[in-house]
Amino acid sequence: MKFRNRQRLDVLGLLPFLAYVVVFLGVPTVSVVVGAFQDDTGGWTLSNIGAAAGDPYLHAFVVSTEISALTAVIGALVGLAIAFAVSASPPGGVLRQVVSTASGVLAYFAGVPLAFAFIAAIGSQGLVTRWLGALGLDISGFSLFGFAGITVVYLYFQIPLMVLVIFPALEGLRPQWQEAASNLGASRWQYWRLVGGPLLLPPFLGALMLLFANSFAAYATAAALTNGIIPLVPIQIAAVMSGNVAVGQENLGNALGLGMILIVGLALAGYAWMQRRTSRWLR
Amino acid sequence: MTATIDTSTEARPGSPVRLAGLRRGYGQVTALDGLDLDIAPGELVSLLGPSGCGKTTALRIVAGLEHSDAGAVFVDGQDITKVPANKRDMAMVFQSYSLFPNLTAGENVAFGLRLRGVSPAERRKRSGELLELVGLNQHYDRYATQMSGGQQQRVALARALAIEPKVLLLDEPLSALDAKVRVQLRDEIRGLQQRLGITTLFVTHDQEEALSMSDRVAVMNDGRLEQCASPDEVYTRPATPFVAAFVGAMNRIGGIASGTEVEILGQRLSVTQPPEVPAGSKVTALVRPESVLISPAVAGTVRVARSSFRGPVTRVTVELPDGTEVDSDLPSSAAVDLRPGALADIRFAPEPVMVIR
Amino acid sequence: MTAVVDLTTAPRAATRRKLGRSRVVAWLVLIVSALFFLIPIVASVEFSLRGVHDTHDLSTWENLFGQPGFLDNLITSLELAAGTVVITLVLMVPTTAWVHLRLPRMRRLIEAICVLPLVIPAVVLANGVLVAFRGGPSWITGSPVILALEYVVLALPFTYRTLDAGLSSIPLTTLVEAGRNLGASWLTVLMRVVVPNLRTSILNASILSAAMVLGEFTIANLLLLNTLPVWTVQAGQQDGEVATAASMLILIVTWALLLLMSVFGQRGARRTGRSS
Repeated sequence: MKFRNRQRLDVLGLLPFLAYVVVFLGVPTVSVVVGAFQDDTGGWTLSNIGAAAGDPYLHAFVVSTEISALTAVIGALVGLAIAFAVSASPPGGVLRQVVSTASGVLAYFAGVPLAFAFIAAIGSQGLVTRWLGALGLDISGFSLFGFAGITVVYLYFQIPLMVLVIFPALEGLRPQWQEAASNLGASRWQYWRLVGGPLLLPPFLGALMLLFANSFAAYATAAALTNGIIPLVPIQIAAVMSGNVAVGQENLGNALGLGMILIVGLALAGYAWMQRRTSRWLR
Repeated sequence: MTATIDTSTEARPGSPVRLAGLRRGYGQVTALDGLDLDIAPGELVSLLGPSGCGKTTALRIVAGLEHSDAGAVFVDGQDITKVPANKRDMAMVFQSYSLFPNLTAGENVAFGLRLRGVSPAERRKRSGELLELVGLNQHYDRYATQMSGGQQQRVALARALAIEPKVLLLDEPLSALDAKVRVQLRDEIRGLQQRLGITTLFVTHDQEEALSMSDRVAVMNDGRLEQCASPDEVYTRPATPFVAAFVGAMNRIGGIASGTEVEILGQRLSVTQPPEVPAGSKVTALVRPESVLISPAVAGTVRVARSSFRGPVTRVTVELPDGTEVDSDLPSSAAVDLRPGALADIRFAPEPVMVIR
Repeated sequence: MTAVVDLTTAPRAATRRKLGRSRVVAWLVLIVSALFFLIPIVASVEFSLRGVHDTHDLSTWENLFGQPGFLDNLITSLELAAGTVVITLVLMVPTTAWVHLRLPRMRRLIEAICVLPLVIPAVVLANGVLVAFRGGPSWITGSPVILALEYVVLALPFTYRTLDAGLSSIPLTTLVEAGRNLGASWLTVLMRVVVPNLRTSILNASILSAAMVLGEFTIANLLLLNTLPVWTVQAGQQDGEVATAASMLILIVTWALLLLMSVFGQRGARRTGRSS
């Protein structure tokens, strides 16, 4: 009885934190979710959802999904390759140190500086553009501001994130497993097919979903790079917010936001689920 | 055992193994400095030694997981030094965590059979039998994380036996387990090995394990073989001072050499090997605690420093007049009156002792 | 000691010798990716150093501080970073310590709450803030104050994890009980016992938040508030070189902070590694 009371009192210690999160995360989120189902006068409606699920916004969801899926897959494969290349180097070596530090830093390198760095590299006046121009190669046809451009730029933070996420899983593959397999008669390929591959699959799929969410939620890079030309969902929300929308659709932004929360939330839930499966053998 | 046991779980003639002049160095460190060892078919030989003595390196070279700088490994008289690990038909049980975590116990055991193209039905039957052999037939569908350390090692053993290996390699398979499980599993492994007649190389740093399980014990130090003999011989007739000190407890007591005898504390004992010193020189005699007999005496020459009860025996430590401490293992009934501070007499069992300079 | 070394390095060494070809592939992968990651950075530096007629000089950098609005926005961003760090620490250090001490069963719940901001994209959060606080007092919602308050939320997943890890690695209960037994008040215990023992974690959490704030563009831009990243993008519409220089500045400061953290992190790891 006494213990119960104490615990109840202890929970009071969390009040400041909970209040803060409710006000500055909960209230805005609930506003978005509720607003998605309201018209301009506060009445209940499904018209925002309907509008969000139709063009041009449906197209935005498609493009966002395509870019996110593409950068997630390429980022995951390249990141995995880098992690493999590094894991072959001696533990505690300089290469590991450099790659892990660089990945930690580069995964943060998104948004405005990244956009300008790419403009400086392969924009119309960019360094690489000039070099290649001097060699007689004209890459001005490659628009940094289109689908392919965004994909390349997003890979810049997707790949390091993949390295960060997948490296522990790769390191978690104990050398004994390969040795035991080898003793029992397995070739390298057989080991990867029967043991290593199945073990890496959940963390790999989880990482794919994390990368997808990461790319889907990204706004700053695309906004700074394309000035809002490419129709990604975050950019559409921003456009709605700044009033570029028909009368009676003020809550459309909320509906789009709800859509983003659902997609990103689903992807991250998948990531968390796979992560938990992995942690069973990682410890 | 029931009658359903497959031929694979009955004795076959094992393969002879020979290690010839194995050498291996890592940079400045010499892990193996010319190791020669002959293992008879069906024999269990332990590689015993302190960590860093090269025993694990030797085992890994035999397994093909590591290469040697020089020397060769022969199985059935054939040089397999250049054969890759996955073609050697050897199976290894590792210290811990070697079960494939994505496979169940049964699938782990069936792994080697799967690689050999055995049909699923046959695999299932054989792996079930092997799990039964190690007492885990109820655990076919468990994953490694759902089993205790001892159960995991049993499965690892079954997995190794499943491929009917020419040689079974055990790399400290018990050292990560609780004391009780360790002793139990030790007897089981030995029982199975003898029944199946598999030539076995067993690496351990635990002398009790080595002495209780092996046909022969190979004591290693600094990459060299110090002695390879039966457990009894290694214990009672250590070939070198290192073996004497490493295997079992050993007292070092000062004495005077005189030909084939040594005089310690007024008692003359024969020596195993006369030291190359002139008679009358000071030497050190190595005496096992169980060969030291302490009895209470009011006018004794030694004083009991402490005693610790260990069940059937009690270790009594006495202090000699010159300050040296000597351990004695006495039947606990004989140690009752030997309380710390008491005076006592010391005698040595009339057995040959080893003498060093 | 040598046996341990043998076990970990030897098998790798053996496999590596055999697999010369895959080693070449590995290095190829690393070199190509290194180029991909270095070129934009090198290009940024080059771009920000461009002078007239294909020359290179420091003029862009020299002029940067004189650009209208640059200094103001730089100061705003630095103030935001400081404010976010202060609020984060005041809120999260006592909370995480309290959870560890008194409510260990609620750790998973608190962790789940702290990860939530990852699920709410910044754009959506900005939209929500706009909708929810429309009628709020303008000194909060119409000024960078709201940014600092929301940045604390954005940084939660990182700050919580950092502080939680730090608290898990010290014998908190023992330390606090010792302090309490000596008659210290909770506040004294917090400031004199918990904080000093959490120095590295607190520093890391601060650095992570500050680095995030300095580069944050989305919420500031959508709430029509001016910060350095917002200014940079606006400047970029007139003068690419100035914008590139400004974004390099953001990048350099951010990276310096993060590298500082990784240096501290390694030192901390080495210390714990030795003791275990």
